[in-house]
Order: sequence, then structure tokens, then C-alpha cells
Amino acid sequence: MSDILQARDLSFHYTDGADVLRGITRSIPEGQFCAVLGHNGSGKSTLAKHFNAILLPSGGTVYVDGMDTRDEEKLLDIRSTAGMVFQNPDNQLVASIVEDDVAFALENMGVPPREIRRRVDEALRAVGMARYARHSAAKLSGGQKQRVAIAGVIAMQPRCIILDEPTAMLDPQGRREVMHVIRTLNRERGITVVLITHHMDEAVQADRCIVLSHGQVLLDGAPREIFTQADILRDNGLAPPQTIEILHLLNEREHAGLELGALTVQECADILSGYLEGTA
Amino acid sequence: MLRDITLGQYFPGKSIAHRADPRTKIVLVMLFIFTLFFVRSWPSYGIMALYLAVVIANSKIAPKLIFRGLKPLIVIIAFTGIFNLFYTPGRELMSLGPVTVTWEGVETALFLIVRIVLLVIGSSMLTYTTAPIDLTDGLERLLSPLRRVRVPVHELAMMMSIALRFIPTLVEETEKIMNAQKARGADFESGNLIQRGKALVPILVPLFVSSFRRAEELATAMECRLYHGGEGRTRMRQLKLTGADAAAAAVSLVMFAAAAAVHLLG
Repeated sequence: MSDILQARDLSFHYTDGADVLRGITRSIPEGQFCAVLGHNGSGKSTLAKHFNAILLPSGGTVYVDGMDTRDEEKLLDIRSTAGMVFQNPDNQLVASIVEDDVAFALENMGVPPREIRRRVDEALRAVGMARYARHSAAKLSGGQKQRVAIAGVIAMQPRCIILDEPTAMLDPQGRREVMHVIRTLNRERGITVVLITHHMDEAVQADRCIVLSHGQVLLDGAPREIFTQADILRDNGLAPPQTIEILHLLNEREHAGLELGALTVQECADILSGYLEGTA
Repeated sequence: MLRDITLGQYFPGKSIAHRADPRTKIVLVMLFIFTLFFVRSWPSYGIMALYLAVVIANSKIAPKLIFRGLKPLIVIIAFTGIFNLFYTPGRELMSLGPVTVTWEGVETALFLIVRIVLLVIGSSMLTYTTAPIDLTDGLERLLSPLRRVRVPVHELAMMMSIALRFIPTLVEETEKIMNAQKARGADFESGNLIQRGKALVPILVPLFVSSFRRAEELATAMECRLYHGGEGRTRMRQLKLTGADAAAAAVSLVMFAAAAAVHLLG
């Protein structure tokens, strides 16, 4: 598997401020679902913006499918390879009508009208919004708006999608819808996903988690490896998933010696019932 | 309260007036206005009024709604009428001290009132039967030859459609801010004009600040979706002239020609 996103010794600071990113070297292979976690100000959104050439590195280099993000001639190629979805659904929809919004990127690319039509319909089906094609975007729920925004990006047929806290402004129902779409796109279409989030239960669904702290990589590995290190997470302002939190507390107080790697409620329940049966 | 406001109200429908291409409708409205200013006789105005009646009947929009659209203009219409009543020289009808009303004044005033009313109804029929987004589309395409003389047609149309897109968003936000201020005891409904104006400041300031933030985020999102101006851009929606356009154009042109002919001959 080739690496679609690559950061080499990436550092970034705003012209007036302190360092936001400090020497990050990481690669993301094609087809991976990677969550990037971190507390506020850890630099996770800043990192995301580098993968789409919205921000350019102050030091080091970022490659998107082998293209240096500093190369202005490749800007459109970079942005159509790695699409970006933002946090606020209202501020990224350009057109009043759902299907017009999904068509926006394709119109900018100069795709012929017939082909735009086909790809727009296809993208709307992929996010489960085909029924709303002719609806007014303003009347949709937050989760629906965010799915339209995702459709607008996948219509470009990118190989990678970067989502910058896409569920932060949504209600639980909207979060579930959006996460379902993201997982489906990753599994069924092999689109590389980089999900910036601070929701642990979302990160758990990823293949890999990168935890940032003060602009540096703190932890990097499978969710199971990351979340069992509850102390490190807590020291860096992140709450481990509740399933692991419970087991961790039991271990601390009761010296129960439980295995920590419970990523789902079911796994947690299995470990607990095993423990209760053993002690009873 | 704020939700009732819609810019250029649109009443969806499936009539010929609705289905005709926005470009056709814009051109016909321009011709309508031109004819209205060209003719100046009662029979011609009669024909133009009949034309509007036909359009309204075809669109199936309730005449009540159309007359309601005239209400805000009553002051302007009355003012124009009265102004002409007094300041047109000619045969004296009656005089009150220094003010003289002439026969010609009465006629001019009536002509002007009828003209304004027809003008307003005619142009509002365009916005009543055309979705705002189709209107901007039509304008962009009609004006596209002006690009050669460096008029930023695409940019203007894009600005208009983004403005339309954000009206509901900003209305919602205004309501939220108003409620937040009300919850803290702000009073928007009492006091004189100046006090009420001052009460609006705590609404407008946050609204402006957030609009700028929105604009910045939207610009980034547009760039991420490869927006780089109108050059090399294609459109998903293609405008096509159909039978509805032929019908609308035929009826309109015959009526306009009749009004002009009656004016010239009479």
C-alpha cells in the first residue's frame, strides 16, 4: 500500500504566534481510516489544513499522493485528491439547492453537464440523500447538511477525505448518520479517511489513532493500544472511552487486574461479567 | 416574525408562466417595461392591463397576493400622483390660493399612477413565477456577452446566489441573537424611533461579526472545492428553450405590439 498522505518533519507557526506544529513525521497509507485526536489547541485542525494546502508548512514538507503542497501548479490536483469537510455545515454549503451544491466542485472542474448530473446523483446516493436532491439546503437538519457537504466532496472522486470535526456541531442522531456515511465510504469505496475529532467513541471506529499534544505526536497506533493508556490520555486533557474508563477505575481501586481493551459496550460487558462470575 | 420575509417572493407552480426559461421571462419583462413607457393612451394601457390579467390567470397566483405586493408602494404612488396634479401647466380646473390644479395635471397624474401600478405588477410577476436561483442563472447567461467588456458577470451572479443562499441562515441567526438579548431584558418593541434604533445595535454587532466569520469559512470551503473564478467553469443545469417559451413570447409580443399600434394610430 502506498502512502497517500505524508508529513515530513512538519512544523508550523502563525506569523505572530508560538509553534502550533512541531516536527511531525507521519504517513497515512491509502485506504486507511485514521482518527486524529487531541485537546483544544493541540494542533489537530492545523494538521488537517496542511493535507489540503489551505495552510503551507513553515518547516518540513507535506506530500499528497507524492505532490508537494507548496507546488502551486498542483494545487487543484491536490485538492481534488484530498477533499476537505469542515465543522460548520452552514458555512460550507455554497448553493441553495442540495444538488446544485453537490455539483459545485464538478462545475469548477469543468466537467461536462451530463457527467456532472451522473456523478451528483451517484454522490447523493452514497450519502443517502438522493431523496433530497431538489430540496432547499437551509431546511435540512445538521446531520443532513453535513452529509450533503460530504457528497459535495466525494463527487470530485477524491482518494482521500479529511474531515475536520464534522460532528462537533451535530446532535447524537446527526453524529450517527455522519459516522455511518464515513465508515461506509472507507469500507466500500476504499477512500482514505482522516477524521479529526475529540469524540473518543468516534475514534474507536478507526483503524488507527494519532494523538497530538502541543503540536507533537504523543501516541500512534490501533485504538485498542491507544485507549488502554488511560493515564497518558487523561494527563493530556482527553477522556478515554467510558467503556475503558470503568475498567481502569476498577483496576485502580479494586486491583481487579482487568483487561482494558474494551472498545465497545459489548466487550466491556463481557469483561465485567467474566470478572463478576470469577469473584462471586 | 422574521421568517415571513422572503426576498422576491416565489410561488411555485407548473404554469407556462412558471415553466418558461428565466431568460425569456427577463427579456419579456424588459420589453413590457419599455412598451409601458412608450405608450401613453388609455386604450393601450387597457391592453397592457389585459395582458397582465392573462399572465396572472395563467400563473394561478391569487390576485389578492399580487395586490398585497402593491401596499408598501402606496405612499410613493400617491406622492407621484399629487406632485403631477399640481405642477403640470395647462387649463385650470380649480385653484386653492397659490395652488392650481389643471386638467392636464389630472390626466398626467392618472397616467403615471396606472403606469407605476402596471410596472410593479408586471415586474413582480417575474419574481413570483421564477425561483431566485433560476433568476440569477438567467441573468448570468443573458449578461454573459458583457464579459468581453470586462464586466464581472460571473462574479456578480455568484455573489447574488450566495446572498440568496445565506438569507435563511442569517434570518435564523438574527432570531437567535434577538432571543438571547430578550432573555437578558432587552426591549425592542417600546420607546421612540431613536431608542428602538439603539436597541438594534446589540443585535447588529454580533450579526456582523459572525457574518464575517462565515464569509471567511465559506471562502475556504469554496477554494477546497476547486473554485477559481468563472474561467473554464461548466454548469450542471442547462437552460433550454421549450414550447412554453414560444407560447409566452408569442402572446406577449402580440399584446405589446397591439398596445404600441393603438398608441401610434390613436
